[in-house]
Amino acid sequence: MMRVARPLIVFGGLIVLWQVLVWATGVQRFILPSPRDVFGALVRDYDILAWHAWITVSEILLGLVTGSLAGAATALCLAYFRRAQRWLMPVLLALQAMPVFALAPILVLWFGFGLASKVVMATLIIYFPVTAAFYDGLRRTETGWLDLARTMNGTRWTTLLRLRIPGALPALASGLRVATAVAPIGAVVAEWVGASAGLGFLMLHANARVQTDVMFAALFVLALLSVALYFAVDKILRRAMPWQADTLPSEEREA
Amino acid sequence: MDAADFTFRNASPPPSVELRDARLTYGDTPLFDGLSFRLPAGEWTCLLGPSGVGKSTLLRLIAGLVRTDEGTGAEIAASDGHPLSGRIAYMAQQDLLMPWLGALDNILIGYRLRRERVTSEVRQRARSLLARVGLKGRENDRPGTLSGGMRQRVALARTLMEDRAVLLMDEPFSALDSITRLRLQELAVELLAGRTVMLVTHDPLEALRLGDSVHVMAGRPVIVDDPIRPAGNPPRPVSDPQLLTLQGDLLARLARAHDRGEDTA
Repeated sequence: MMRVARPLIVFGGLIVLWQVLVWATGVQRFILPSPRDVFGALVRDYDILAWHAWITVSEILLGLVTGSLAGAATALCLAYFRRAQRWLMPVLLALQAMPVFALAPILVLWFGFGLASKVVMATLIIYFPVTAAFYDGLRRTETGWLDLARTMNGTRWTTLLRLRIPGALPALASGLRVATAVAPIGAVVAEWVGASAGLGFLMLHANARVQTDVMFAALFVLALLSVALYFAVDKILRRAMPWQADTLPSEEREA
Repeated sequence: MDAADFTFRNASPPPSVELRDARLTYGDTPLFDGLSFRLPAGEWTCLLGPSGVGKSTLLRLIAGLVRTDEGTGAEIAASDGHPLSGRIAYMAQQDLLMPWLGALDNILIGYRLRRERVTSEVRQRARSLLARVGLKGRENDRPGTLSGGMRQRVALARTLMEDRAVLLMDEPFSALDSITRLRLQELAVELLAGRTVMLVTHDPLEALRLGDSVHVMAGRPVIVDDPIRPAGNPPRPVSDPQLLTLQGDLLARLARAHDRGEDTA
């Protein structure tokens, strides 16, 4: 019960604080709209917001799927083929150091104003954390398991399949959680650079017309979607790995 | 229940294992320098010695788990002339169960790793082995839901499932409480009867209860002394008076081994 109530109390408190701030300072509506204005915009432009949100969600989800698949596949290649590791690793490290956001204008140029450029952007931004996390997991297989597999005459392939991959799934899950958190950033940045739809596009559009309340409403919807997506993915991952019980240091009792 | 399910199934009798001219350096110090060691066929050979003397390394060398090169290696041969690879099972101090698999699938992991077909007959054998180690009804339970003793029993069942002639065990009972340990020792002796077993342990009483011969390893480079051979068949009862006498003797040997290690270190 308190688990649900606590965040609600915190958010409620913040909104009250915001409203008080607007009343107390008498700030202009186009600088900082009050929570009531934003709520009004949410109700009024419900259909527009929903349509643009749908576009952004599609971009994020498609990006998540392609980025995760590409990342996982790369990690597997790196772990299995020594040659791939030698040739690809330096390239990946160099690429990872590059700011992906700087690519957004080029991506829009190449893939157009539609869905494709945003999906590519989200894919790219997800690709590295997933690859890094999964590869790390694949390398850190419990050495005792590998000893066991050798005495059982397992091959490199079956050892990968039966021990390394399942053993690395918790690490992959961490990568996917990070990916889920950053995917919306990729989609929205690409929308800012050039788009004809999506919450990022809507925000720019409203900004140009000084509809600050709509901007805030779009931001609110984006935040809500991102949080919902994160919790959904987290829940799915936990369900998929029931053997992975988590413990927090804060829950430990002093000995 | 059919006892034939658990006894050693391979047609040929288990071989003795001969390790000759083992060489291994650790940094600049030679750990093994021409060491020889023999596991008599169908017997339990126990190996004791101070920590870090190289007991586990010796076991891993026989198991083929040590990477060999010019400075490292040994001649390892089975008495029947066949290669040892594929005839060895390994059991470690950690149960090494896969946390994502249920007990039954953990026992079958060797089949999966070798891409052998898990027929209904194989599955049935796995089930009866699990029942034999007292875990009937826990087939689908993951290791996380089992106690330490139960997990090590699953590991024992997995070892038996492999049905290998030679068993190499590295302190498999040391993480257990004393009563669980006694019971598991008895179970292991019963189920592993007729195989060639090497047991590395820290526990003199365990060695004397289970071993047909008990060796102490010491020094740099390592020397293995002549074995103590307790009378009677293992598992010897804890109340057996000869065990007390032998334990005194063995502890004295271990103390000497320990001091020798201090001198050369």
